[in-house]
Amino acid sequence: MAATKKKTAKKSAAKTAKAKSFIDQPINQQLSKEEKIDLYSMIVGIRRFEERSLRAYNQGKIGGFLHLYIGQEAVATGIVSLMEENDHIITAYRDHGHALAVGMSMNECMAEMYGKHTGCSKGKGGSMHFFAPDKNFWGGHGIVAGQTPLGAGLAFALKYKKIKGCAVCFLGDGAVNQGVFMETLNLVSLWDIPVVFVIENNGYSMGTSLKRSSAEENLAHRADGFDIAWEVCEGHDVFEVREVANRAMTRAREEHKPFLLEIRTYRYRGHSVADANHEKYRTKEEIEEYKRNKDPINVVRQQLMKDGTLTEDLAKQIDKEKKQEAEASTLFADESPVAPREEIQTDVYWEVDNDTEGKLKGTYFFNDV
Amino acid sequence: MPLITYREAIKQALAEEIERDENVVIMGEEVAQYNGAYKVTEGLWEKYGDDRLIDTPISEAAFSGLAIGASALGIRPVVELMFMSFSYVAIDQLFNNASFCRYMSGGLMNIPIVVRGPANGGTNVGATHSHTPENMIANHPGLKVVCPSNAYDAKGLMKTAIRDNDPVFVMENTLLYGEKWEVPEEEYTIELGVANILKEGTDVTIVSHGRCAIISLDAARVLEEKHGISAEVVDLRSIRPLDEETILKSVRKTNRAVLVEENKPFCGVDAQISHMIQYRAFDYLDAPIHRVSAIDAPQIYAKDLENWQLPNEERIIASVLKCVG
Repeated sequence: MAATKKKTAKKSAAKTAKAKSFIDQPINQQLSKEEKIDLYSMIVGIRRFEERSLRAYNQGKIGGFLHLYIGQEAVATGIVSLMEENDHIITAYRDHGHALAVGMSMNECMAEMYGKHTGCSKGKGGSMHFFAPDKNFWGGHGIVAGQTPLGAGLAFALKYKKIKGCAVCFLGDGAVNQGVFMETLNLVSLWDIPVVFVIENNGYSMGTSLKRSSAEENLAHRADGFDIAWEVCEGHDVFEVREVANRAMTRAREEHKPFLLEIRTYRYRGHSVADANHEKYRTKEEIEEYKRNKDPINVVRQQLMKDGTLTEDLAKQIDKEKKQEAEASTLFADESPVAPREEIQTDVYWEVDNDTEGKLKGTYFFNDV
Repeated sequence: MPLITYREAIKQALAEEIERDENVVIMGEEVAQYNGAYKVTEGLWEKYGDDRLIDTPISEAAFSGLAIGASALGIRPVVELMFMSFSYVAIDQLFNNASFCRYMSGGLMNIPIVVRGPANGGTNVGATHSHTPENMIANHPGLKVVCPSNAYDAKGLMKTAIRDNDPVFVMENTLLYGEKWEVPEEEYTIELGVANILKEGTDVTIVSHGRCAIISLDAARVLEEKHGISAEVVDLRSIRPLDEETILKSVRKTNRAVLVEENKPFCGVDAQISHMIQYRAFDYLDAPIHRVSAIDAPQIYAKDLENWQLPNEERIIASVLKCVG
């Protein structure tokens, strides 16, 4: 992570020193043994899925871009674990972790990346565009910060319909410099919209460090300009993420107020797999240090070993199962068919897909036939 | 039938839909307390209140995107853009998210929003406020776009657009807001994708949309009276979906086509229609297809020159005479 000398960074470092106690906070204490194991399994599962995706990409099975979530797993896992029935989430293009965390299967995600008909979007969206509205997951969006007003809109709908819930909108540290995000911060504060913006600050917007892209490195401070409450926390400890995000989400649900949460995290891989030069803009030592001290799997494993939830054997078994699940998803994807060519022109218009009788007039598609 | 303005017709459509569906929400700059920059929403805020009429800051990208997100959870937002020219600062939201979320989710989402506002030149305001982007919108599969040329169509198409489950752009016209037409008091809607024949004729088909259709009709009357040419005028109403069959039927009858639109010519709506006619009615054509578009330059400020830059009666008549002669 980019070093920063400013005040709040110190405040945040002080919080890290207290990190040991996060698992003992009420929101985490109430977790059953099974629920703690589930958190661990999810973090491991995302890691193994991403590693297997990388291999598939390098084998030429996956096309396009592949933005891996390795290193950031505890963020999506922690926040999604706090979702209640009427909460919704939306994110950017580094979306595999969020998709798995809401309960999408490795099969449908891997098949989507393989461009297969069995993929979550029938092979029409690809890696950056996973969706599961039935699980309150609204994508998967490819343009930096493009999802931020949509997240506000989900929360607007909840408020309009007087439904108690919140929307959590994830974005990266690069997205804070897009105009639409700042416009959206103003709107949600002006209208008291129950949305929590979570900046997953991994220190780099593509290959440009925070220091080289943002005038104020403490990104959460931008909330002050819009009279929005904010907090900063570390993203490697799933229990810390849960503790801090719970405050933000509860406030949104209870008081219909927006919140800006900056979570400092790290990605082990390049911006995308195509970013093979990621060791040019950061040192090997920086990457190794994070892996050694703040690896989300190690951090949760050590804590769960210590409190007796997890044994070495169980950890090994979970790891093995997740590897197998990821492997199986590649077989599933490999064996799945590509959608038939007719599918190119479905899912464009609702009215066409649903063949609303007597309503469909005129030409919708314009190829010569 | 009462004579009402184009503006009043749209307001009636909005009010009726607000009353019909509790999820219909109007949002945009100046739409509520100020009564609308062009007074289209005049009186609605007073009648329906803050929940249904929402003033937004000048943040087209944010409130367009917010409307898209809200529509995913069942809200039916009608977004007013003070000018369709302002869609250009919200292009990622309107042209990526509104049009493609359904597709990229493999059909799991749909975006039932309406984006409405004036899209026209001829108002002496220069290049930044005079766009007619119906061609750009129609170039995005997933979006629909209609261009009502009169009050009756404006009301009927607006109501259909609000009930439609896909994103629909309604392109209005500031030069028509104050014009009056007959509009029935009883409820009606107009289907998308159905063109309207404004005048029947036998010698040439004039295809047009929006205010240009009205100018074409005036030109057709002059052609009839002064030149003895019987022109059929097809008002498209809807650009996407497009009523190709009505165009083709007319061209197969008249064997000639002149296409009139306010767009700039390059990749304009009429470029597509011209292609379609030659591809599907080649053997019926007795002359090349002619086009009358805005003169191909940024919109000029000077009023006299702008009036010449846009399609007008004189230019349409000249083009028809060339096509027929």
